[in-house]
Amino acid sequence: MKKYKCKIKGLDCVNCANELEEALRKITVIDNVNISFMAEKLTFECEEENKDVALENITKVIKKEEPDVTIEEV
Amino acid sequence: MDKKMINKLIRIIISFFLVLISLLVNLDNVKIILCIISYVVVSYDVILKAFRNIIRGRVFDENFLMSIATIGAFFISEFIEAVAVMLFYQIGELFQSYAVGKSRKSVAKLMDIRPDYANVVRDGEIVVVDPDEVSVKEIILIKPGEKIPLDGVVIEGNSTLNTLTLTGESMPREVIVGDEVLSGCVNNTGILKLEVRKEFGESTVSKILDLVENASSRKANSENFITKFARYYTPIVVIIAVILAIFPPLLFNLSFNDWLYRALSFLVVSCPCALVISIPLSFFGGIGAASKIGVLVKGSNYLEALSDTKIIVCDKTGTLTEGVFKVQKVCSVGISDDELLKYAVYSEVYSNHPISISLKEAYNKKIDKNLVTATKEISGKGILATVDGKEVLVGNEKLMREYRVKYTKSKEVGTVIYVAIDNQFVGFIIIADKIKEDAYKAVKLFRENNVDKIIMLTGDLDSISKEVSKKLNLDAYYSELLPQDKVKIVEDLISKKDSKSKLVFMGDGINDAPVLALADIGVAMGGVGSDAAIEASDIVIMSDELSKLANAIKISKKTMKIVRENIIFAISVKVFVLLLSAAGIISMWLAVFADVGVSVLAILNAIRILRVKGY
Repeated sequence: MKKYKCKIKGLDCVNCANELEEALRKITVIDNVNISFMAEKLTFECEEENKDVALENITKVIKKEEPDVTIEEV
Repeated sequence: MDKKMINKLIRIIISFFLVLISLLVNLDNVKIILCIISYVVVSYDVILKAFRNIIRGRVFDENFLMSIATIGAFFISEFIEAVAVMLFYQIGELFQSYAVGKSRKSVAKLMDIRPDYANVVRDGEIVVVDPDEVSVKEIILIKPGEKIPLDGVVIEGNSTLNTLTLTGESMPREVIVGDEVLSGCVNNTGILKLEVRKEFGESTVSKILDLVENASSRKANSENFITKFARYYTPIVVIIAVILAIFPPLLFNLSFNDWLYRALSFLVVSCPCALVISIPLSFFGGIGAASKIGVLVKGSNYLEALSDTKIIVCDKTGTLTEGVFKVQKVCSVGISDDELLKYAVYSEVYSNHPISISLKEAYNKKIDKNLVTATKEISGKGILATVDGKEVLVGNEKLMREYRVKYTKSKEVGTVIYVAIDNQFVGFIIIADKIKEDAYKAVKLFRENNVDKIIMLTGDLDSISKEVSKKLNLDAYYSELLPQDKVKIVEDLISKKDSKSKLVFMGDGINDAPVLALADIGVAMGGVGSDAAIEASDIVIMSDELSKLANAIKISKKTMKIVRENIIFAISVKVFVLLLSAAGIISMWLAVFADVGVSVLAILNAIRILRVKGY
């Protein structure tokens, strides 16, 4: 398992952040998803070989839940 | 303000003027048209979002609820009301994003230690690169005024470093060739050349930033409470609104328009967002304020727990005391103190024992080695030396007894060095670890912040521990402990206290990892650069000052006070407004005014934490 960090922008409020976090939790290839609204950070863990699949899934969920939100890996 | 916010502000202003004009117009049709235009200008983004979300089946979406409430108001001919509600709502949203952006920026500024570039020496030339691109063993150059980008060792030059942003310590630190320096410090005076020891990702500055940025991911109990509250609040309010709109008119034959209006007022205050934001904002501010004074808190939950600190357990050496042995006292008999010290130092001149090092430090004058003609170490006892033609004995009591010197026994605590010249006792020197000046201040501050018990644990001798404990006026001490004993004592203390009061353990983080993990809050001191300490602890104090913990407790108490104020204030105003709306006493726009007002006040209250000075 490796930890990855993304900058997450465009979230309106803490509630939306919490709800998006819940939705992201359902993605099976990633673990320990966390969104910090104040720090504008999305962190998650996954196996190194699954990273691309994970990011793809995350982007998909975000597009569905919060279309205005963008992520950028750091 | 960014583009998005300016755009919103312009829309609010235009809409505000349109609605003002509509108030002055007498023609009904023109009035309605002006209101509709004004409404569309201020709320089209909300309505678009509402539409998008409702397709996805989100009934309890705030945009949707606001749209329903205001469009409903249009239907019962409350045109100005509808616009006013949207206007206030948007002003609240604008203020919220402005406040959040502002506090993000000020916290980022507090943690302004990220270096932007590194001057690396490659093939004899200086190249400016991203710190990420420098590898271990490369040579970097730091000019005065620049931040040190990576951890390394000085190989050329000397300078003073400003470690303020890193440790909260305002005294500049002097560095010379051979010294290790940490990234994040600012080079003050001279040009330094460093050999890089750690890659940027592994460097101190990266670790600290990582720690602070991740801090808000460990949520405090009050944050979880408010999240839960938000989850139930909206559905409950919406259901009551539906009941209000349907049943009273049906059952009691009351005016449908009147009760629909009351129900719509409910929808207006059904969004918990504004309330929810002020809590993480407070914790974010508290963690930011703590890092400003050089205390890194690893999570909101630890900041919350810190405010209930009742028992502080600390390690002695290096935490309460300086951890360096120093000459504390020189007691001469028949000769001057200076002379006594001189003979002791000369006799020990060839020794590298910690005792002789502290003697040399205290003497601090040039030593003429030619005067020392012979030295002989007497194992476990001391030294016999010939200095300036005289036979000097320097050592412990055993040495004095072996040479049948008549000596006076010292009553002082510490390591005692007896000195005799030509078999004549001339006095003794006390070498001991010194209590930190800061420790006295810290104990006082702990007490001021309602800490009930301060307990010291140490592996040191009982006599020395007793002295330290007495001088600092501690509540208890345990001496001559092995590491596993410490674990046992802390376990015992934890089982005896009630779960609401918290136990803090403070140590240097190197040998106490198990105890750090066991305590409610583990605090590592002087932790910069020590991976083990940062890993094992919940809070890291970057300098070696104990009083920083007391200040962090103060910040945590302030944070918690503000959090509680906000929770109670916001919830009671919400409930109050709901009651008044249900009773039909206040109008819809007053309801939204109260709701937005509460969130603005809560946010302003939260931001206060960042502004506090004097920790």
